[in-house]
Amino acid sequence: MTSLPAPQPGAKKLGLVIDLDTCVGCHACVVSCKEWNAFGETGPLPEFGPYQAEPWGVWLNRVHTFEVGDGEDGRTVYFPKNCYHCEEPDCVTVCPTGASYKRAEDGIVLVDAALCIGCKLCSWACPYGAREFDEDGGVMKKCTLCVDRIYDENLPEGDRIPACVAACPTSARHFGDLGDASSAVSKLVAERGGCDSMPEMGYRPVSKYLPPRSIRPTRVRDERSEHKTAGGNGFLQWIDRVLSR
Amino acid sequence: MHPALSIIFFTTSSGVGYGLLAWIGLLAPIGALPLTRQFGAVSLLLALGCITAGLLSSTLHLGHPERAWRAISQWRSSWLSREGVAAIATYVPALTFAGLWLFDARNGGWAVCGWLAAAGSIVTVICTAMIYRSLKPIRQWYNRWVIPNYLMLAAMTGALWLTAVLAALDVLRPAATALAAAFVLAAAAVKLAYWRSIDQNSAGSTLASATGLPPGRPIRPLDPPHTEENYLLREMGYRIARRHAAKLRRIALGGGFFVPLILLALAWLLRGAAASAVLALVAAVAATAGVVVERWLFFAEATHTVALYYRGEAGSSVR
Amino acid sequence: MTACSPARTAGRLLTGEFTLADGRRAVPVFQLLTERYRSPEYSPEAVSARCGVAAQKIRRIAAELAHVAFERAIVHPQPWTDCGGRRHESMIGRPVAMHAMRGISAHSNGFHTCRALHLLQMLLGAIDCPGGFRYEAPFPRPCPAAPKPAGKTSAPGQPLDGMPLGHPCGPEDLLVDAAGGPLRIDKAYSWEAPLAAHGLMHMVIRNAWAGDPYPIDTLFLYMTNLSWNSAMNTADTTGMLTDKRADGEYRIPRIIYSDAFFSEMVAFADLVLPDTTYLERWDCISLLDRPISTADGPADSIRRPVLKPDRDVRPFQDVLIELGAKLDLPGFVARDGSPLYEDYADYLVRHERKPGIGSLAGWRGRDGGSDGVGEPNPGQLDKYIENQCFWKYELPPEQRYFKHANRDYLETAKRFGFIEKAEPIVLQIYCEPLQRFRLAARGHGAVQPPDAHRGRIETYFDPLPIWYVPFSEAAVDGQTFPLHAVTQRPMPMYHSWHSQNAWLRQILSHNRLYVNRARAAELGLDDEDWVWVVSHHSRLKCQIRLMEGVNPDTVWTWNAIGKRAGAWNLSADAPESTRGFLLNHLIAELLPAASTVRYANCDPVTGQAAWYDLRVRIEKALPDQAGNAEPQFPAVSRLPNMASPPGIVRDARMDPGAPGGGR
Repeated sequence: MTSLPAPQPGAKKLGLVIDLDTCVGCHACVVSCKEWNAFGETGPLPEFGPYQAEPWGVWLNRVHTFEVGDGEDGRTVYFPKNCYHCEEPDCVTVCPTGASYKRAEDGIVLVDAALCIGCKLCSWACPYGAREFDEDGGVMKKCTLCVDRIYDENLPEGDRIPACVAACPTSARHFGDLGDASSAVSKLVAERGGCDSMPEMGYRPVSKYLPPRSIRPTRVRDERSEHKTAGGNGFLQWIDRVLSR
Repeated sequence: MHPALSIIFFTTSSGVGYGLLAWIGLLAPIGALPLTRQFGAVSLLLALGCITAGLLSSTLHLGHPERAWRAISQWRSSWLSREGVAAIATYVPALTFAGLWLFDARNGGWAVCGWLAAAGSIVTVICTAMIYRSLKPIRQWYNRWVIPNYLMLAAMTGALWLTAVLAALDVLRPAATALAAAFVLAAAAVKLAYWRSIDQNSAGSTLASATGLPPGRPIRPLDPPHTEENYLLREMGYRIARRHAAKLRRIALGGGFFVPLILLALAWLLRGAAASAVLALVAAVAATAGVVVERWLFFAEATHTVALYYRGEAGSSVR
Repeated sequence: MTACSPARTAGRLLTGEFTLADGRRAVPVFQLLTERYRSPEYSPEAVSARCGVAAQKIRRIAAELAHVAFERAIVHPQPWTDCGGRRHESMIGRPVAMHAMRGISAHSNGFHTCRALHLLQMLLGAIDCPGGFRYEAPFPRPCPAAPKPAGKTSAPGQPLDGMPLGHPCGPEDLLVDAAGGPLRIDKAYSWEAPLAAHGLMHMVIRNAWAGDPYPIDTLFLYMTNLSWNSAMNTADTTGMLTDKRADGEYRIPRIIYSDAFFSEMVAFADLVLPDTTYLERWDCISLLDRPISTADGPADSIRRPVLKPDRDVRPFQDVLIELGAKLDLPGFVARDGSPLYEDYADYLVRHERKPGIGSLAGWRGRDGGSDGVGEPNPGQLDKYIENQCFWKYELPPEQRYFKHANRDYLETAKRFGFIEKAEPIVLQIYCEPLQRFRLAARGHGAVQPPDAHRGRIETYFDPLPIWYVPFSEAAVDGQTFPLHAVTQRPMPMYHSWHSQNAWLRQILSHNRLYVNRARAAELGLDDEDWVWVVSHHSRLKCQIRLMEGVNPDTVWTWNAIGKRAGAWNLSADAPESTRGFLLNHLIAELLPAASTVRYANCDPVTGQAAWYDLRVRIEKALPDQAGNAEPQFPAVSRLPNMASPPGIVRDARMDPGAPGGGR
């Protein structure tokens, strides 16, 4: 059913928390996502014209690069983006067939490929571009939060996390229950001022972004930043003092 | 948004069909139209033909047309599903209405079927419009003028085709011609109001709100996640040059509204002559062609928030 | 604190001049350091304009470094014992880490810049401490490390008598003839590049073409795209590879090339030995080369074949081993002349560089119970496969820091064969081997540079780090070529062959030149403009992207994205060739002629190619020139019977032409 499940207090809301402060834009999550999902229950995720002039394919995770601020204040921000598994996702309610649905038990938004007629309306309804159409299979594809991984009891417990989270070399991606205020991800969101993407849309994303931290120069005692002009001996005395400590 | 030809054809054709069906269903039972079998057959065949062709065309853009029947299941939440239900439901009174007319069994039930078919037509057009009207990420569609726009254009093209059929089979009736002219003017007014509205209001979402980065500082896209166009850009990142849009708006206004109005006036002046039937037909064809251009623009001018991530603004036109 | 008591004594000996017991005079290196780096030449004011950082900011950064190292030292409560046998109750961390990879060494002053950074780390005490730079096994090693480069006695048709690469300790270790001329085709370990520990691969084609120091009949290359993104200059190299003598014979008569892919270099080969991909062969990431060690312990790994080749290819390592046996090379044939190894997998397991030390350090010994050193274990590869293809040895906590002076670590390192003796590894502030070369240039010793090279050796073999304007930058007019141009490797695509990966190719199929936004405004350039990039040698055309995060005097682009049309079995209109480009179109192999000797465009100490010394200017292209990159070379013709790439890939596992991974 494409009607959303009635909200239950204390319900599990699985999602990601992505740290924009530590993401280095390596695309490992992007490729790892593709690797897992192309061959898992979501796959295939085909490539079109893979060695030709306009290669394109179906991906469930993308990393944009933005630049914030001017001049010396400017900084590069890498922005990974995949489905936020929103609490009020219009991508689900617009679906005419019931192929798109939001699970009551954990809030994951999924597409049942067997029911999908490929009308693409859900991709229009998603403000974030989280859904990509598989033109070859004629059905819509999207992030499943690696639902075929996180509950797989054949995997070691530590591996029961989304592929993108497992791949991140800087631990910029965190996975957990955002419906539980005491979970590690919820605490992280609280501590770091985690925020929603496009809150004005009213979709209420479950996944959050942690904003980049501002850079504060180390406070240095004044005498050290002053340039000693006493000649060579000043430097040597300083070394002597340091070494003698 | 990418203007898919199958959807442009669908909304134009079904708009003509539902417009025409609505006028016949409303006017025939009150005796405002000729009640000959010939007129009933031609006008209803045209209306139902346009509707059916449009609905079939709409399945062409589906990844799995053979599963299209599933689309009527989610009427509780989905306007697309509601459109399907309304479209199918409308066939019932419409076909009954047509059958009773053709078998000369016009009675009170026939009249009720006509009115029900008219109501179904209006509801279906509203559902079609609501599919677009309900999409928050596309500000040009999430707009209060979208439903009047769809309704007026359906009413206008329906009235023009009604006039053309009347002129061909019967005579150019002053009331029908006046009705068509009035709806041409009304639809033009609504269209202009829609364009004015989308030109004035700006996107509520920005790259700052999309990224959660502090709004006080400029944010620019530096590198996209992929260097060639992907599905998102092909489907939702479609861009039209501002000068092309302006030109196409003039074409839609001229072809869709101005030319039909002039032709209607000429047809009125030449009423009784064979030429008037031809002019009325050309007026209907011109308006329909104008609506095709208008519908193409409705997609081409619509911008999706996903473009923010690539271009920094959703609505930027090509330089 | 115990650790610092020797330093307390040393502190009083840092300055001045001393007379040793034997009467010689000695000056502590700190005195030399002070004299050099306190001179106005090295003041923040003197370098501020050059590096684009305000003098005040340089001071602030320097103060921050010192503040953090000395005021914010961290204490790791881990007892350890130093090489003098003194026990320390904790480890003191100086949390200053510096990151530098190949960028610095790609300048002709790179060697000394690396030394300068290292000197700064030493002064801060941020060497292998908590929060600082950390060694990864097999390092640290005494400097210079053994062995020395072989080749002094080499003769045509005879095998080398040792390892081709090594570490010279003084002029007597150079590979030069009686007149001081180079012995190797790349002129490594000659007076032109004495400490060429990596060789000068980028000069081989030019030297072979020029017959300098001698002509060759066959050039044999493996997996290095030397006509394209590994060429200093693409057009020059293409010209040399196809140039003919007056008698109609090619200047380089025969070229043999092995590659897994249809790279640009393949088109120039007379004989192609098609290699397997990483998924189809055994590989070894060995402690003898560049292993996967972490700072917490040595580690190595293998790749194993997971796909059966579906075409007529052989792993190149197998081919080399077979060639070695056919040529009767020592180490590849038994006493009776029979091949010693069946294939590369066999070699990985059974080859020993020294008794007990082989390519792989894990599961050694007959029964596989030995770490690091031990007899070959016939079941070793299976053990690796069982352990996800890697081996790792966790150093005990007390051995993880101060490895150069950590008694227990040094013993472990000796046991693993990383070092010969468990003695402290002395960090050289004053680099003695450099001084030996300098003394030779000053007329000391039996082996001295020819007069043409004397001045250069004396200048650049300074035992303390120096800074000088990179050579090709100094040779061109800074007004005419005001910008530095460099490349970096994109994180998702490390090598040119990654354009063969249908996934990675979508992430990056063409590159732009990144230009500082304010600088672009001064030049009248807008985002996405097409520009000409002009060096003293040649020019290219490309599209620009404006950004804030780049120095205004520098432009940069992604490395190795640009491809020659038709190469790599990409369609000839692929963006890699129509819009992609390489800075290698602009770089010159040789320095502009300035002296009697025409030196290679590289570091005078190490011979490292000076890719990043490139200076350019950018000019807006005319409107009708927009849309395609230049230079464009004629499209590479397809090989006979080469399969066309698929139009759609549904499942990368099913399509060996589209490596993409699998599980």
